[in-house]
Amino acid sequence: MSKFKKASTKGLKSINTASLPDIVFMLLFFFMVTTVMRETNLKVSVIIPEATEVKKLEKKSLVSFIYIGKPHRNLQKTFGSEPRIQLNDAFATHEDIRDFITSEREQMNENDQKQMTVSLKIDQDTRMGIVTDVKLELRKASALKINYSSRKKVDEALLR
Amino acid sequence: MARREIQEINAGSMADIAFLLLIFFLVATTMDIDTGISRLLPPMPEDEELDDDQEIRERNVFVVLINKDDDLFVEDGFYDVSELKEMTKKFFLNPNDADDLSEKRELTTEYFGTMQVSKGVISLRNDIGTSYGKYIAVQNELAAAVNELRDELCMQRFGRRYNNLDPLNEQEANLIADAKKVFPMAISEAEPKSVGGN
Repeated sequence: MSKFKKASTKGLKSINTASLPDIVFMLLFFFMVTTVMRETNLKVSVIIPEATEVKKLEKKSLVSFIYIGKPHRNLQKTFGSEPRIQLNDAFATHEDIRDFITSEREQMNENDQKQMTVSLKIDQDTRMGIVTDVKLELRKASALKINYSSRKKVDEALLR
Repeated sequence: MARREIQEINAGSMADIAFLLLIFFLVATTMDIDTGISRLLPPMPEDEELDDDQEIRERNVFVVLINKDDDLFVEDGFYDVSELKEMTKKFFLNPNDADDLSEKRELTTEYFGTMQVSKGVISLRNDIGTSYGKYIAVQNELAAAVNELRDELCMQRFGRRYNNLDPLNEQEANLIADAKKVFPMAISEAEPKSVGGN
């Protein structure tokens, strides 16, 4: 018993915080590594549709994105309110897609080129005319693996 | 000159600085995973090769049309999207060998043995005025129908859910491939017509 009493009489000892920075740095590095900064500034507003049969897109480095939607409100004065195609950081027409695919392909390894996927982020109110044009151009550029980007729909039966 | 001892830097605020950076990255991180419906586009036909080298009989084609007002026309009439999945499943399965549903042929696979599979093809056609949201909804229902058929098949034979099969496991990957052979995602998309006078 006396052992315990002795310890308690010593008073509150402050916890050694010398390793705190190390722990925090470890967390910091984790988040720094996992963070993906957005590469492109979206100039079009895109609300992607919902679906149930969605699959995850793997290997981000193999994926190229094509955005289609109405230009943002502050850009509508210059670009109009009709849905437009955005490649990288700029507006484009469907004729530019083939060049875009070629340049995206050149940035990849030869082995990866076959697995290249094009993710189509298209606003749900867009008319199919422009989408079909894009798909035709993709076929011409033989970028055949596509992914209609869509959100996972929450099953309503599960919510009840 | 007095030689001063090198003073130790006070590292007490190090934690604060690290915390500050940590919080910045915590806030800036978006861990969104891209999801979507994957499709394979058909390659461009070579020069003047005949488009239809094999004739497909009319009963083997499941016609799905969407017009510019987003109405859905399936086979013989207008239906709601919610009915499409059951109709598609019935078309492929054709349990009573009805005359107006798809024909069958024999197919031998490693895992499922010899069985009767459908010759059916879905023909999806939309107007240029169709909205993309509706198009995806229809694509999704068609994909759901095929996935459910595969699921039921795997459940019946092996008591496993198709979606829970692991493509990294060699055996299960083969099972997935065979299920895909039995129920292929046979969707043929025709060039859209502008019939809506858009």
